[in-house]
Amino acid sequence: MKRASTRIAPPSRPAERVAPAAPALAARTAFPLRREGPAKLTGEARYADDLVFAGAWYGATIRSDDPHATLIAIDRDPDFDWSRVLIVTADEIPGENVVSLISDDQPVLVPVGGEIRHHAEPVALLAAADRSTLHAAKRRIQLRTERLPAVFDPLASTQQIAHFAIRRGDAEKGLADAELIVEGEYRVGHQEQLYIENQAMIALPRDDGGITVHGSLQCPYYIHKAMKRALNLTDAQAVVIQSETGGGFGGKEEYPSMIALHAALLARKLGKPVRMIYDRHEDISATTKRHPAIVRHRTGVTRDGELVAQEIEVVMDGGAYATLTPVVLSRGTIHAGGPYRCENVTITGRAMATNTPPNGAFRGFGAPQTEFAAEMQVNRIAEALDVSPLELRRRWAYREGDVTPTGQVLRESVAALEVLEAAAETAGFSRKRTDRRRASTSGGTRASGIGLALAWHGAGFTGAGETHLASVASIELTDVGAIRVLTASTEMGQGTKTIFPQLVAAELGIGIDEVEMAPQDTSLVPDSGPTVASRTAMVVGRILIGAARKLRARVEESSGQPFPRSYRDFAKRNGGIRIDERFEPYPGITFDEERYVGDAYPCYGWAAAVAEVEVDLDTGEVAVESVVSADDVGRVIHPVLAEGQVEGGTLQAVGYATMEEIKLADGRYLNDRLATYLIPTALDAPRITSILVEKPFSGSPHGAKGVGELPMDVAAPAVVAAIHDAVGVWIHELPATPERILAALSGASAPDTPGSEPGTRSGARANRAAPARGVDPRPEAPSDPLPLRAPQDKGGDWERDR
Amino acid sequence: MPNAVEPPVASPSSLQDAYALLAKGGYRPIAGGTDLMVQLTGEIGEPPERVLDISRLDRLRGIERNAGWLVIGALTTYTELRRSPLIAELLPALAEAAATIGAAQIQQRGTLGGNIANASPAGDTLPILLATDARIVVGSGRQERTIPATEFWIGYRTTARADDELVLRVEVPLVSDRRVRFRKIGTRRAQAISKVVMALSWSADGRAGAWRNVRLALGSVAERPIRAWETEAILEGARPDEETAERAVAALAAEIHPIDDVRSTAEYRRAVATRVLHRLIREEGSR
Amino acid sequence: MSYRLQVNGEPVEVDAPGMRRLLDVLREELGLTGTKEGCGEGECGACSVLLDGAVVDACLVPICQVDGRAVTTVEGLAREGVLNALQAAFLETGGAQCGICTPGMLMAGEAFIASGAAPEEDAIREAIAGNLCRCTGYTKIIDAIALAAERRRVPG
Repeated sequence: MKRASTRIAPPSRPAERVAPAAPALAARTAFPLRREGPAKLTGEARYADDLVFAGAWYGATIRSDDPHATLIAIDRDPDFDWSRVLIVTADEIPGENVVSLISDDQPVLVPVGGEIRHHAEPVALLAAADRSTLHAAKRRIQLRTERLPAVFDPLASTQQIAHFAIRRGDAEKGLADAELIVEGEYRVGHQEQLYIENQAMIALPRDDGGITVHGSLQCPYYIHKAMKRALNLTDAQAVVIQSETGGGFGGKEEYPSMIALHAALLARKLGKPVRMIYDRHEDISATTKRHPAIVRHRTGVTRDGELVAQEIEVVMDGGAYATLTPVVLSRGTIHAGGPYRCENVTITGRAMATNTPPNGAFRGFGAPQTEFAAEMQVNRIAEALDVSPLELRRRWAYREGDVTPTGQVLRESVAALEVLEAAAETAGFSRKRTDRRRASTSGGTRASGIGLALAWHGAGFTGAGETHLASVASIELTDVGAIRVLTASTEMGQGTKTIFPQLVAAELGIGIDEVEMAPQDTSLVPDSGPTVASRTAMVVGRILIGAARKLRARVEESSGQPFPRSYRDFAKRNGGIRIDERFEPYPGITFDEERYVGDAYPCYGWAAAVAEVEVDLDTGEVAVESVVSADDVGRVIHPVLAEGQVEGGTLQAVGYATMEEIKLADGRYLNDRLATYLIPTALDAPRITSILVEKPFSGSPHGAKGVGELPMDVAAPAVVAAIHDAVGVWIHELPATPERILAALSGASAPDTPGSEPGTRSGARANRAAPARGVDPRPEAPSDPLPLRAPQDKGGDWERDR
Repeated sequence: MPNAVEPPVASPSSLQDAYALLAKGGYRPIAGGTDLMVQLTGEIGEPPERVLDISRLDRLRGIERNAGWLVIGALTTYTELRRSPLIAELLPALAEAAATIGAAQIQQRGTLGGNIANASPAGDTLPILLATDARIVVGSGRQERTIPATEFWIGYRTTARADDELVLRVEVPLVSDRRVRFRKIGTRRAQAISKVVMALSWSADGRAGAWRNVRLALGSVAERPIRAWETEAILEGARPDEETAERAVAALAAEIHPIDDVRSTAEYRRAVATRVLHRLIREEGSR
Repeated sequence: MSYRLQVNGEPVEVDAPGMRRLLDVLREELGLTGTKEGCGEGECGACSVLLDGAVVDACLVPICQVDGRAVTTVEGLAREGVLNALQAAFLETGGAQCGICTPGMLMAGEAFIASGAAPEEDAIREAIAGNLCRCTGYTKIIDAIALAAERRRVPG
């Protein structure tokens, strides 16, 4: 069933003080308008850098220039007046020198005598009352280091961060029995989240000796925990308050803890507020990226197209510290086979440490990497078998009752075929593909193509993650008769502040405007877990519905009247009540974390995309003309917001597929500014059609499964398939840049195109990123219009052309 | 966050005042600021010591036709180039180039004079000036002088303009029957710096169909915008057919020297420069 | 130096170094924090404002060049607490998600609508190509601008 006609709450006006220009506008909207929309549209919304605190100083981070070194000393220029500058080093950290996350491997600051493990690693902190003093002071600090050998290639690394193995059936035997074996190696590079609001955190000393931080963040309680440990604070002394957050996409999941600790350390010593606002250059240079990955497939099929065996090896580049790498790898590994039924599967995943900035959470969380490879593989198999890629997926896609590689029986809510057919039909996939085949002989300078991909995405945390989290969400009926929702779930554009009131209002039978949202402030709201993993609507929404039902029952029992008519009187008579509802495990869902067997997720979302491209045959330039994305989200709560997620995720995937690339030299990102790290503009963006498919999950009262990450998994392989359809070459490595396409078309083996030996490819990549004088046939001529910056070279104004 | 440096600035309203200040030394002119403001971040390049705001020098504005010349003031913005009926009539390729620079915000502010003085090897309008025998008029308290475009960009980000001189205007000779083609290969469709940018101009010899006065200029393939002299020699007097195209691209491949950088590769730039030229010649031949 | 300008219709006098960015003057001297900074180098358009009606990046404009001129920021769009047509269209179509690109996007949209150009998709895409958005895929932003432009062309 397509696009919901579900109406969970009646139409509504925004609750904020600015009303729409004409009432008619609101009346046309069948769903509530974005709760904080008017504030965002008038400029009243306060993002971290918009907050003013009297007497605040400005903070800065001194970072390493080495990818791997021993820190010998932090030298201050004796000729500089340091009396106006505050400095904090690792020895002043009151608690543990650890950014608390999964492993305790990452320091808040590298101590003198300690090991620098990546370029741009924080070493010391500065603050000053004005920016020019701060800027001057930054230049008067020198790090004395001793270089250590650095590793940049995950395949050459001997340090394993995490490892998973999934086995079902006997892949070896399956491959031996197969009539055709298709092998492939696929690579994806770093991707920057590129929220348009840079990372920002402001710390304020508290009267109780603790610290309050205001900032741009996804996970208040991650920061809360990190502050307690590193700063030796009690629960009450560490307070985290989310300011309006200008995008996250995973990039504000773990790194804000680091920034909060830095700001807090300075504020604590100074006794005044300290603002730690990153500029874009620092943000790209230092913060986490999507993990690069190398994925190898061996797939056994029969001549008539049965999938017999899959053998898959995933290697991720974790960067210098573990951050969230084990869980990213876990999700990537579980999803690596794609949404296809196969009796014999072996998947191994390992994440290796390198001397590059740590990689971390980014929308999709490991799945876009491995599902790109899986879809490439399926498309290449379809080509080898001379079957339509649509037809092959029809045969292979999961149905209810099928069993996944972890042995999970897909008992319900399987919509692989529905999304596949919806996307293919809407895009006219079969017809256009056939028509194009016929037309492709005519000469020309441009070729068009159409491509298809299918994906699945486990909803919520992996395995027993949600049980461990044991999230709490609350609803309060205040003593003045207001309804308040209390969660730590953050709004960063995806719509939390709109759908929670919507769900609660529907459950209580009241208007959405009657439901208030408490601010995301750890001193006020319970720990409802991080705002990640597409879990907010599905998991926290479910807890809230449970809380609302209890509240309703309490009031109705007492008053004997329906809730909407009685709750205000109830509050007046009995005072306020607050229902704290804790996550209840989904019935019948079990996962063995040791053996990686069982129900990896309570349910899955499903997505299919069809992309159409036009490729310039002379230049390899790709125009992605359109993408149709069909996404099964269980139940649509708010179609406008859900479509917004699909459209935005699709464009991020298109950027991933075509242009978003980071080159490294000596472990340092070269594309570290917005002039060099490119995301699609409105002119690069395809027309995006989103189809919302509903296959509800019975474990949630509202049936919702989450939407945020699905589209990110599926559009990139569809784009690359379309490029193949247009020009006849497979691009095995993302992004499919014009450089790679042209090299593939020329038949030349470009450094990054498939065909070279697996073990040497990253080496080739590193060489390519190094200053390229040696590559130039006339190296003596400084012929470069835009020379690469050497690691220490801050000079050169080559960036501009205006 | 606010720029690291906020150098002192003077905003003269007469050219004489501007010249006097420039003569003192240490001043960097600012017009639309799309390049210079970025340098004040301190992230790329050394910020200037002092800044000379030339935006009030109204004599540097305007687009006009003067005898056999198209005269464009240095303060002409890309938006003005795009909207000018004179440009549309006399040199539409320049409007085409202006449309590929940045996006609306940059086009409103960035100026032709800035593109010229900034001297980026990737400057998008510069190949057009090279390919149309344009001259750049610079002035100082000492004199005004006219420099052929071919002699203006002399090295990596280096021009023939002296520190005390301002770029005043550009003069493009109007040649009857001249055709100009422009092509930019950018990193994306807007807000993009070119990987290769090319302008080709010629006059068609009506009877024989041969090309005369051929000029080919490129950006992003060398340390400065260049004329492709050897390729021009092959195209001169030739007809735009397949064989000419083959010979021309062979010459072009030999005379450009792009390298790898953060945006592209030498191999790609060389391949694309030749393929784009090949296509331009083919397209013209099939007209 | 002292500079006089108009901001959202009000005359303002600013005492600041001439090379201070218009963006900083707006945010820090005038407290108009609706205009955002995303890159500080004219790539993202988050700081877009109207300068004498033309859309510019406030991070690339020194205040010395704004003397005697008129600036419109996002704070100047709503009148007496009522969203203007473009803001309302953004709210209605879902054109604002995280909201950080929204003020700049609105200013680019206002400039487009004021140009009187027909609200065709490609023209709108070009008009906002200097404004990066990472949330929306631009789809609903384009819808919003088209809707507002259409309503302005066909009043009522």
